[in-house]
Amino acid sequence: MLELQHPDIIGDMATRLENVITAYHDTPGAVIPVLRECQNIVGYLPVELIDYISVGLNLSKSEVLGVATFYSLFSLTPKGRHTIRACLGTACYVKGGKEVMNRIKQTYKVEEGGTTEDRRFSLEAVRCLGACGLAPVMVVDQDTHGKVSPDRIVEILEQYE
Amino acid sequence: MANPRLQLMLCTGTGCLASGSKEFQTALEEEIKKQGLEGEVKIIETGCNGFCAVGPVMLVQPEGIFYQKLTPKDAPLLVEEHFLKGRPVEKLLYVEPASKETIPTMNEIPFFSNQKFWVMRNKGAIDPESIDEYIARDGYFGMAKALNEMTAEEIIQEVKDSGLRGRGGAGFPTGLKWQFASKADSDIKYVLCNADEGDPGAFMDRSILEADPHAVIEGMIIAAKAINASKGYIYCRTEYPMAIQRLTLAIKNAREYGLLGEDILQSGFNFDIEIYQGAGAFVCGEETALMRSIEGKRGMPRPRPPFPANKGLWERPTVLNNVETLANISQIILNGASWFSSIGTESSKGTKVFALSGDVNNIGLVEVPMGITLKQMIFEIGGGIPKKRKFKAVQLGGPSGGCVPEQHLDTPVDYEAIARVGAIMGSGGVIVMDENTCMVDMARFFMDFIQDESCGKCPPCREGTKRLLEILNKICEGNGEPGDIEALEELSLRIKESALCGLGQTAPNPVLSTLRYFKDEYIAHVYEKRCPAKRCVALLKFKVDPEKCHKCGLCYQACPVGAISWEKKQPAVIDREKCIQCLSCYEACRFDAID
Repeated sequence: MLELQHPDIIGDMATRLENVITAYHDTPGAVIPVLRECQNIVGYLPVELIDYISVGLNLSKSEVLGVATFYSLFSLTPKGRHTIRACLGTACYVKGGKEVMNRIKQTYKVEEGGTTEDRRFSLEAVRCLGACGLAPVMVVDQDTHGKVSPDRIVEILEQYE
Repeated sequence: MANPRLQLMLCTGTGCLASGSKEFQTALEEEIKKQGLEGEVKIIETGCNGFCAVGPVMLVQPEGIFYQKLTPKDAPLLVEEHFLKGRPVEKLLYVEPASKETIPTMNEIPFFSNQKFWVMRNKGAIDPESIDEYIARDGYFGMAKALNEMTAEEIIQEVKDSGLRGRGGAGFPTGLKWQFASKADSDIKYVLCNADEGDPGAFMDRSILEADPHAVIEGMIIAAKAINASKGYIYCRTEYPMAIQRLTLAIKNAREYGLLGEDILQSGFNFDIEIYQGAGAFVCGEETALMRSIEGKRGMPRPRPPFPANKGLWERPTVLNNVETLANISQIILNGASWFSSIGTESSKGTKVFALSGDVNNIGLVEVPMGITLKQMIFEIGGGIPKKRKFKAVQLGGPSGGCVPEQHLDTPVDYEAIARVGAIMGSGGVIVMDENTCMVDMARFFMDFIQDESCGKCPPCREGTKRLLEILNKICEGNGEPGDIEALEELSLRIKESALCGLGQTAPNPVLSTLRYFKDEYIAHVYEKRCPAKRCVALLKFKVDPEKCHKCGLCYQACPVGAISWEKKQPAVIDREKCIQCLSCYEACRFDAID
C-alpha cells in the first residue's frame, strides 16, 4: 500500500482512510462512496489522496480524478470551517436569492466556490435544495435558514465562528 | 400506555423544520409534562404535510383541527385551552386570505379540500419512521397480493390497464416498460428508483420519501416480482439527508419484518434494496447516466438503443421508475386498474403531485386529479398571486420545460395537452411568476443552469447551451443587437435536433417557449434597451418619476444603504453614487414610479 503523507492528513486519519479502502476494495463501482467517505474524513480531496485511492482500488488515477471532478460534491481544495450553501434554484432566484448571494460576497470578501482567507466560510451556490416554500434559502453546515434577506444574512452568519 | 385521547401530528418535513417545528416541539413537550397530560396526548412527528407556506403546522386528531405558524410561545396556550379545556385556539387557526374567514379543520381549508390524496394518502397521517403505522394503513397489502396471488404477467397487465405513466417527466407507460424488461432474457435483473430529483423548484419526491418511505419500497418489490429482479437500488440525491435517513430505517425495518430480503412472506421470492447516494450532478437524473453513476463512473448518458430494459445497469435488464410512479403501484394492485383509471383524462390517469412555488400564496406540495386546469391549481388550491400582483406565466417541468402564459391557463393537467402549449408535464415543479418577472432573465437563468450541468459529452449541448447563454447575457446587459433573437431561435432548434440525451434535447425549451409567448420582451430588450419587468439592472435608470411618485416613502424605507432621500409630501430621489442597484426600491414601489 502507498504511504500517505500530506500536511492536512493528521492523527488517526490515515488509519481511517485505509479502513475505507479495505472495506470497498472488492466492491465494483465503489469510487463514489469511497471518495465521499474519504472527503468526510479529511474535509477535501488532496491530489495525494486521489493517488492513494486509485492505487487502493486498483484503478487508473485519471479514472478516479475524472469522477472526483465530475460531481459537484467533491472538492480538490480545502474548505472553510463552515460551508454556506446559498440556493440559486428557480424559486429562490425569483425571491431574491441573487441579492442574498451578492451581500455575502461583499461582506465576507469571498467568491462563489471560494473560501475566505481565514478559512472561516466556504461559499457555494447550489441548485434547488427542495425547500422552495422558504425561498430564498441558505444552508450553513447542517442548518437550514429560510426566507433570508440580504440584511438578515450577516446577523445569521455571525453566529458561526 | 393506553390509547391517547389526542394525537398531535406535528409536521417535521424539511420546510417546517426550517420554520422552527423542532423548537416548537420541545416547548410543547415541556408544557404537556407540566400539565400532566403525558398519557393523554401524544406528539407524532410526520413527514411533509404539504402546506409549507404556513409552517410549522400541526394537525390534532381525531378532531382534525389544523394549527399553523406555530412558535414555542404558543405551547402553553395550546395545552391549557385546547388539550385541557377542549377549546381550539382561534388565533392559531387558518384564516382564508380572501374571505378573512377562520377555518378550524384541515379538510375544509381550500388548499386541502381541492386536492386528491392517493400518492400522498399517508402524508401527515402516519409516523414515517414506524413500519407498524404504515401496515395499519394497508401497507404491504398490495405487495402481499402481488407475491402470493398474482403471476408476473397479471401484475404487468394490471399496471398496463391502469394507464399509469412515468411521473418523472417523460410519461412513458409504466406497465409497458415492465413488460419489456420482463421479456428480456437474463439471470440477473435490476429495479431502480430514481430519487435524483434535480429540477430546481421540484420537491415532490423528497416529500414522498420523507413522509411515506415504505410506499416506495413496496412499489419496488412489486416491480421486482413483475420483471423477476432480485436486486434494487434507490438512487437518491445527497442533498436530501432526511430522505436518506428515513429510507435507511424503512429498509432495515422491512428486512426485520421479513418484507424485504430472502423468501419474502414465505412466497419464495427474494429481493433486496440498497440506497445509492448521488454526488451532485443534475444529468444523473437521466436514466443511462444514473446507471453509469451507480457503476462508479462519470454520470454521462449513452445513446439508446439498447434501452435499459434490455441492457441497463452492469449491462443487465433494468427497470428505472421515479419515486412517485412507484408510490402509486401498491394502490393499483390493491384496488385494481379500473379504480385507478376512473379519474383523469383520456390519456393521463390518476393523480399528479406538484410542488407549487414562486409567486403564489400557498407554496407547498399539492396532489391533484389529472384533468383539472392549471388555473384551478394556481388560483383555487394555490390561493393566487401575493401582493395583489398580476399573474404572468407559470413554468412547468423545470429547465427542460416551458412557460405557460395567461391565455393558456385553462389547459388541463394532461401529458399531451401541456405539451401542445409548449411545456411538459415534467416531474412536477410548478413555478408561478408574477408581472415583475422578466422572461428574458428567466430564460437566461435556466440556460445558466443547463450549461453548468451539461455533462460535456456531446457538442450540441456542451457548446450550444454556452452560446445561447452568451447571447442571453448580452441581451440582459443591454448589448443586444439585431439578429440576436433569430440566432437564439436557430441555435435552439439545432440543439433540439442533435443533442444526445433528454437533457440536451430539452435544454433550449425555456428559450423557445419564452420566445413563443413573450417575444415582445426580447424586442424591448434588444431594440429599445428597456426591460419591461424592471429586473435587468443594466437596462434600468434608477430614477424616480416625480409624476408617478405617490410620495409614500416606501422606497426610502426599503433602501438598505440609505441612497434614497425623501421627506413627507416630497417625491423621493435616488442618489446614484450610493446606490448598489439591489432593486429593493423597485420591489417596494407600488406605483411603478421608478424607471
